[in-house]
Amino acid sequence: MAYFIQQLINGVALGMVYGLIAIGYSMVYGIIGMINFAHGEIYMIGAFVSIIAFTLLGMLGISWAPLALLLVLLVAIAITALYGWTVERIAYRPLRGSFRLAPLISAIGMSIFLQTYVQVTQGAKIKPLQPVVTGGFTFEDASGFTITISWIQILIAVLTLVLMAGFTWVITSTPLGRAQRACEQDLKMAALCGVDVDRTISLTFVIGAALAAVAGLMATLYYGVIDFFIGFLAGVKAFTAAVLGGIGSIPGAMLGGLVLGLAEAFWSGYFSIEYKDVAAFTILVVVLIFLPTGILGRPEVEKV
Amino acid sequence: MLEVENVVTRYGAIEALKGVSITVERGEIVTIIGANGAGKSTLLMTICGSPRAASGRIRFDGRDITEMATYDIVRLGISQAPEGRRIFPRMTVLENLMMGAVPTDGAHFEEDLAKVFELFPRLKERQSQRGGTLSGGEQQMLCIGRALMARPRMLLMDEPSLGIAPILVRQIFEAIVAINRERGLPILLVEQNAYQALKIAHRGYVLAGGRVVMRGTGRELLADPEVRAAYLEGGH
Repeated sequence: MAYFIQQLINGVALGMVYGLIAIGYSMVYGIIGMINFAHGEIYMIGAFVSIIAFTLLGMLGISWAPLALLLVLLVAIAITALYGWTVERIAYRPLRGSFRLAPLISAIGMSIFLQTYVQVTQGAKIKPLQPVVTGGFTFEDASGFTITISWIQILIAVLTLVLMAGFTWVITSTPLGRAQRACEQDLKMAALCGVDVDRTISLTFVIGAALAAVAGLMATLYYGVIDFFIGFLAGVKAFTAAVLGGIGSIPGAMLGGLVLGLAEAFWSGYFSIEYKDVAAFTILVVVLIFLPTGILGRPEVEKV
Repeated sequence: MLEVENVVTRYGAIEALKGVSITVERGEIVTIIGANGAGKSTLLMTICGSPRAASGRIRFDGRDITEMATYDIVRLGISQAPEGRRIFPRMTVLENLMMGAVPTDGAHFEEDLAKVFELFPRLKERQSQRGGTLSGGEQQMLCIGRALMARPRMLLMDEPSLGIAPILVRQIFEAIVAINRERGLPILLVEQNAYQALKIAHRGYVLAGGRVVMRGTGRELLADPEVRAAYLEGGH
């Protein structure tokens, strides 16, 4: 039982990270109907900005963990959001109104570009981070097995819940959120209502990138190592989570992330850790066959 | 107030408008009638900059809006109740009306909302219902209400009677006349229901094959034998 609970905790923490990235895929797909294949790289950049910011703060002698974390969080969000905005501006916007595959191809190009850019400027070696947040709570059950909840896992959960609450509020109750939903439901009509559609799309990329930056920071703290290639696997998995939850649906993205994180954790815990990625992608295949619209997705209705 | 001058609009290789000129003056209801595919909806969308005119000029209140972005044109005061109503299906009636109020940035929202509910009491009853669940007639009311929430200085309406129960058609046309009279709002009305449209319009244009083929007052066009033969025979 204790072992089960331990895997559950690990799975939820991992799933929340996937969920944060998945929201970026889902939101962009909802509004402009494209899969932003460079989104995984945005997450990777969030991780690199975090590690660079930690190093700089260390040099400045700011080592009190809560303050360092807060500063790194803000810097990572700001810089990564700028990347997200720039990618949309130069790689996707000029292609709007072009044929459907054009932005998709551009996204793949952007993904390769960002990977190579980080590889060249930061080096190909694995970058370690000195542990910033250590320790946690340990419980022992009757059979003597211990369950550990680390501070980082608590941090991931709290931050994700706060972000989700804030984000849900923005989407449901603010003019920006209404404009985003309007664009998602009928881009042309949104423009006829006086919505600056380009600006709304830009802000969607900015929000998606900001959430990915938080995921990047969390993953860096959780694993302690990053390299220029982490965006690929995380991106594909978060995309899987988005499809699993129903692409276009934001609660679905978080739910899909959690399901995927749990599946991976339990598979690693009970079967084999080497094949955890196989488990994740088996889920994708099974979902696509039996539940093509995902858990919370809507069936695609042909527009008249 | 609105001058469309020699406007050409293309969809790829197809020329949907081949040099259309019309005007709408303050306080007028102007109708555009014509068969399917004559370019009526294209004309309304071109006025809103989506798609943009390939050549020709469009002026609103003396300003050239030909090259303006759609949202800027809307903010200048041209609202459209478009073809097919285009209600946001997964937003509530109230949220749809909020979207209409975007150009005013929410100023005098409550006041405008009360006016729309007065015009269409049905919308008040349904305000927390999702747009996609409304009947055709209710959606049309919402579509017009949404356009009015922008406090427009001109209203473009595309086929407000299409696909609506006959009893509601009369109500919609009465509402159009009321909006025009009470607010002095100029209305450019595209209709297939030529009889009803010409009856309430001050002036009208007949569009065919992307060109204006006839113009006149509503009464003149109603009496014209060619118009009668082509657009009015066989049903009101």
